[in-house]
Amino acid sequence: MKIRFILNGETKVIDVEADRRVIDVIREDLGLTGTKEACGRGECGSCTILVDGSPKLSCLMLAAQLEGREIITIEGIKKDSDMHPIQEAFIKHGAVQCGFCTPGMVLVSFDLLKRNKKPSRDEIREAISGNLCRCTGYQKIVDAIEAAAKREL
Amino acid sequence: MKLDRKIVEIGRIIPRIDAFNKVRGLEKYASDYHSKDMIWVGVKRAGIPHARLKKIKIDKAKHLKGVIDVLTHKDVKGTNRQGVVRKDQPVLVDDKIRYAGDAVALVLAKDKKVLMHALSLIAIDYEPLPLIFDAEKAINDKKNLVHEDNPDGNVLLHGKIETGKGNKAFSECDLVVEASFEVPYQEHAYLETEAGWAILDSDGMLTITVSTQTPFRDRSEVAEALGLDIKKVRIIAPYCGGAFGGKDGITVQTLLGLAALTVPGKPVKIWLNREESFISSVKRHQARLYYKLGAKKDGKLHALDVRFFYDTGPYDHLGGVVMALGLEHSGGPYHIPNTNLKGWVVYTNNPIGGAFRAFGVPQVTFAMEQMVDMVAKRLNLSPLEIRLRNVIKKGDKIPIGTTMLSSTGITDCLNILKQHPLWKERERWKRDAPIFKKRGVGIASIMHAMGYGPVVPDYANAKIELTEDGKFRIFCGVVDMGQGNINSYMQIAANILNQDIDNIELILPDTEKTLSSGSSSASRTTYTFGNALIDASKTLKEYILNRVADLIMAKSIDEFTMVPGKIIHLPTGKSFLLKEITKFLNDSERIVTKHYRAPVSKELVSIDERLRLHGIPHLIFSFVSHLAYVEIDELTGEVEVKKYLSITDSGKIINPQILEQQIHGAIAQGLGYAIYEDFVVEDGKAKTLDFSTYIIPTAMDLPDIESINVELHESSGPFGMKGAGEINTNGPLPAVANGVADALDIRIFRSPLTGERILMALKEKKEMSN
Repeated sequence: MKIRFILNGETKVIDVEADRRVIDVIREDLGLTGTKEACGRGECGSCTILVDGSPKLSCLMLAAQLEGREIITIEGIKKDSDMHPIQEAFIKHGAVQCGFCTPGMVLVSFDLLKRNKKPSRDEIREAISGNLCRCTGYQKIVDAIEAAAKREL
Repeated sequence: MKLDRKIVEIGRIIPRIDAFNKVRGLEKYASDYHSKDMIWVGVKRAGIPHARLKKIKIDKAKHLKGVIDVLTHKDVKGTNRQGVVRKDQPVLVDDKIRYAGDAVALVLAKDKKVLMHALSLIAIDYEPLPLIFDAEKAINDKKNLVHEDNPDGNVLLHGKIETGKGNKAFSECDLVVEASFEVPYQEHAYLETEAGWAILDSDGMLTITVSTQTPFRDRSEVAEALGLDIKKVRIIAPYCGGAFGGKDGITVQTLLGLAALTVPGKPVKIWLNREESFISSVKRHQARLYYKLGAKKDGKLHALDVRFFYDTGPYDHLGGVVMALGLEHSGGPYHIPNTNLKGWVVYTNNPIGGAFRAFGVPQVTFAMEQMVDMVAKRLNLSPLEIRLRNVIKKGDKIPIGTTMLSSTGITDCLNILKQHPLWKERERWKRDAPIFKKRGVGIASIMHAMGYGPVVPDYANAKIELTEDGKFRIFCGVVDMGQGNINSYMQIAANILNQDIDNIELILPDTEKTLSSGSSSASRTTYTFGNALIDASKTLKEYILNRVADLIMAKSIDEFTMVPGKIIHLPTGKSFLLKEITKFLNDSERIVTKHYRAPVSKELVSIDERLRLHGIPHLIFSFVSHLAYVEIDELTGEVEVKKYLSITDSGKIINPQILEQQIHGAIAQGLGYAIYEDFVVEDGKAKTLDFSTYIIPTAMDLPDIESINVELHESSGPFGMKGAGEINTNGPLPAVANGVADALDIRIFRSPLTGERILMALKEKKEMSN
């Protein structure tokens, strides 16, 4: 079926099976491999995308659910400059190791800081608790989000 | 972003170069390869743990529309065997099924839907065999064997070391404590499951791009198993989405190669889903351990008897080496004059036990560190005091009888802990426990070896060139699986060549472009490749300066200095751009390759040459002391770690941020192992197949970790550093267990320390006291 949606600010019209997983549409059909898959069952958060501004798990969404939506993936998070301040903070504070959870982490952080300008460390931990990371122990991710919040996004 | 990228100093934070792409989703991992004409490849797994294979029925699958081919062992032209030490694992099963994750057939299909359907149509005829599932019992089972051709029956490797008077010394002890321990499998749970992409080109070159820690060893294994000329196999190793030992060796490489050979010119892809990854991948060995520790009344440890059994599942993988490292560390970082240490690593039909960060040491540390606490308690000594009285100093013998010759900071680690507010204020913190909560504080002290040991060559080959653009390019054969070693290499080269980090490029591991430098494992990557790279960078600098000196007829290269992008002749102030100078250099001056081989211990600890082959003894060790503040909910039994302190001696620091990343990550995995992670196997079948049953820590489950470093200079290390990737994995389980014992006066001998287990123990204690 034909599906029309906005992806990272650009209108897309794609012809795809309605029950195709959104993560496959994004990664395979549209070639944006920044969205990662690590469990395929909604347990790890690696495949997080923003749907009309809210974080959703693209491994649990089907193509038909994209119709009329505005989608932002990790590739579309940057504003005018090369990098979003959250991304800069992740680099600066050592929040990235293998990097596989990073895109999802950045997107949930983006959502958190939009809702809560000055989150406490506990609030940050809660906000990212649906996103698994096996490398960092989360502490430097929390540091990065805390620092990004202080820069007034 | 603003980063200080000017001349890079050692010991300073240089933000990781790989993070710039990773944070934008631009880094291309093995699992990210995709094309319109690609073929999806999937594996039919045995699903049963032990059986004689009779027939594989593939006709239905083969005739399904969209299926390109279905392959079995008959299609494998080489040895059909893979493995690092013993080559005992079939690429595709040919005679026997030895575990439920065995690969039986391979399907090539046009898309994933067809692939899944085709896999479900394959049937296996088999004759079930008795299940071998208890490692300790299996050692004496001469009838039921996992490998009929193994000379030692189900024993893959047995190691025995005796020092001093051995067990006879127990009669000289004032106090003897005995206990047995059990630990389950631990799953790596790297976020990027096993993945790869392969193509056979028109020149007959098989190129495999794969998430791996061992590209050069993979190349040999693929060639041998598939019957190919090694020169016709190329392995490319991008950044891994995590590995932690689980990609040390073949995962999907040979299967990818086999598939690609079937469809020349077409790219093929395998990407295991999480369930298949959990079923088929290697794990940290489950183990049973028996300990007996004797001490004198002055608190000196005097005799130690250890017997342990590691379950390696159906294949060697690196099981023998893992057991040997466990044996080497089974007495911890203590001077114990009389020891009798025995380890077995045993074949069973359970999942494969293999390499996992810290490599056989967490199991023995769980036991030994609790034993030390038990002895301390009987002697009315504090856990810290007994450790301070017994930890090794440089020149002391370690429990296997070799001499500690590397920098030895364990006493420093403990002394810092002793002065730390978390230690000093522990009693007050415990008293402040809220209602229905009990609090305890546990500590652990640990050593961990670096590198391969005395026999297997522990080497690296670093190549660096001055490019035609006047920049420097490092050719790196050691994988970055997430630990950031690539960044450290760039930092090292930039420092020696006095360049901005932007003037340094790096080629990631590729068997056609870079040079063999061993595996990304054993806490060795920065030490070994770093040493080779220092040599190569210094030599290249000398070549370049010599050339400039000749050009202007200067007396000596001492008249020059290298600065970012150029060389300055100090007496005249003249400068020469590197991008100009490079034109005057021929390739043999412009490109330098240096070989480094790590030093090894020359001491003999056992007449068994096989133990040496499997890595005993090591020469260089790192050290840590850990402290955990634990709080137990008396109603649920759940343990929460409220605060965690790690004090690490891993030599001098190259990049403090990367070191801290390693410390945090290792402790996080260790706390998962301590409290949550319980990989359940019943009758040879894995029962925890996803993240809702196999629980790894989330951001809500871990405390902020405080880490302190003891920067002793390790004279053999690059800039004085030594390995740090693994050691901190060992501490959390015993530190938490000791904390629980401190809080509840209950010893838990079986991990993980789940709420259920603690609640049961509390109940038992209550019943006993009634």
